[in-house]
Amino acid sequence: MAPSDVAIIGTGLHPFGRYPGKSALEMGEDAVIEALADAGVEWSAIQALYAGSMEVKNPEAIVGLLGLTGVPGRAVFTGCATGATSLAMAANAIRLGDADIAIAIGLDKHPRGAFSDHPSVSGLPGWYGEAGLFLTTHFFGMKINRYMHDFGITPITLARAAAKAFRNGAANPRAWRRTPMTEEQILESQYLNYPLTQYMYCSPDEGAAAVVLARADLASKYTDKPIYLRASTLFSRREGAFELLSPSLPLETAPSPTVFAAQAAYEQAGIGPEDVDVAQLQDTDAGSEIIHLAENGFCKDGEQETLLAEGATEIGGKLPVNTDGGLLANGEPVGASGLRQIHELVTQLRGRAGDRQVAGTPRVGYAHLYGAPGTAAVTILST
Amino acid sequence: MAQQVPLAEDLFTWPAEEPALIGGRSSDGKIVFPYRSHKLVGGVNEELERVELPRRGTLWTFTGQRFRPPSPPYAGDDTPKTFEPFAVGYIELPGALRVEARLTEADPDKLHIGQEMELRIVPFGTDADGNQTLIYAFAPVGAEEGHGDGSE
Repeated sequence: MAPSDVAIIGTGLHPFGRYPGKSALEMGEDAVIEALADAGVEWSAIQALYAGSMEVKNPEAIVGLLGLTGVPGRAVFTGCATGATSLAMAANAIRLGDADIAIAIGLDKHPRGAFSDHPSVSGLPGWYGEAGLFLTTHFFGMKINRYMHDFGITPITLARAAAKAFRNGAANPRAWRRTPMTEEQILESQYLNYPLTQYMYCSPDEGAAAVVLARADLASKYTDKPIYLRASTLFSRREGAFELLSPSLPLETAPSPTVFAAQAAYEQAGIGPEDVDVAQLQDTDAGSEIIHLAENGFCKDGEQETLLAEGATEIGGKLPVNTDGGLLANGEPVGASGLRQIHELVTQLRGRAGDRQVAGTPRVGYAHLYGAPGTAAVTILST
Repeated sequence: MAQQVPLAEDLFTWPAEEPALIGGRSSDGKIVFPYRSHKLVGGVNEELERVELPRRGTLWTFTGQRFRPPSPPYAGDDTPKTFEPFAVGYIELPGALRVEARLTEADPDKLHIGQEMELRIVPFGTDADGNQTLIYAFAPVGAEEGHGDGSE
């Protein structure tokens, strides 16, 4: 594996869910306090801060709660890939010599219901929203519908992915959805966007996460289990990719940005998909997790039908996926979601995941994000 | 008197005997929809040619919308109580592109990938001047005009 110059020395989470009366910044504050305690550093030791949020315009205002130390604080936003970006920017601040210790923070508090905005924020004409087409959920239904048609995936596989998420959520004391559901219950719930049913979708919610990073050569000062950052990549869509919020698509198709982000990340880390011990894949819906297994190189298109039937992605399987319940069991506070993945990978790689701990000694963790407007990011960590 | 007007300019030819969606074609033969006047092609900001897109194609994929979309931006005449679920899909228009559209048939059991579809212009909402707005949609070939229940 390629050497690493940046290590994660602490992580913190404000559990995702609904918290009436508590602001996103206050949740961020809790996550940072937990991450600082985990890293064994004081707030005043943080020399660079990158904070991501969709709902809070200036998430770096969190310094008002944590202490006004003059730390350079910057806001970061790349949609659902925000967590990977804040982590990468904090790591780059260390690489550039701007900081020895930096923090990445994500925090959000979404109103209930589907995300809604004016289409112009995504570079689309007003009529697209008036017509009822400006909904990211349509894409998820349409992409998995076509994928199932092309590669022989059946609805039970969608239900298996969702049931696994709720099972893992039940084993995670900090998950939002902790009630296991049977595959039948999931299949029989109403369609939200055919072929995806109600329990195959994640919901927007609230929460925060924080990750403290340090120069790799200093990491052992703070922790006996540093987790090294091996790769972080982000790609936008290419011409021909089937992406969200597209009024039309060219006939000539191209792979999803996930494929490019994954290939580049494996190259950076000097490993292949077979070396990954635990993965967090963007599961906005059950179909996305299934598609992302192939797009990230963990199987060929269509093999998911057998893999999930065999339990390959369960905590006891050969490639445990979304061990903390993923987005399906935790919901998605957009700015924080990617750092929740990092928190979970670090927890697993340090062997601290309790009832949901992956067996053996997992060494390599893989995190993938995907969202509007067609952006994918991959982060690879290792012990 | 109130008129029927397209939901937006340059979406489809109207009024027309045989309405068609309007795309923009660049010198490399590629077509974009919705129409826009210019686009970067090989580093040159090119003016695009207005072209009419094929009226028939095949269903490439589809999904359904069960709940009234958040409003704004949604501007349908319906209310949360009167909202009728609708389907959305991509229709592959031969030689042109795949266009995203509402489908006149909402029942997923009556839709399948590869199905022959044709363009319909259907009533949608009401604009600020009291005109009835029209939107493009695709119907299974053979579906009755004006009903949208997909029965043949």
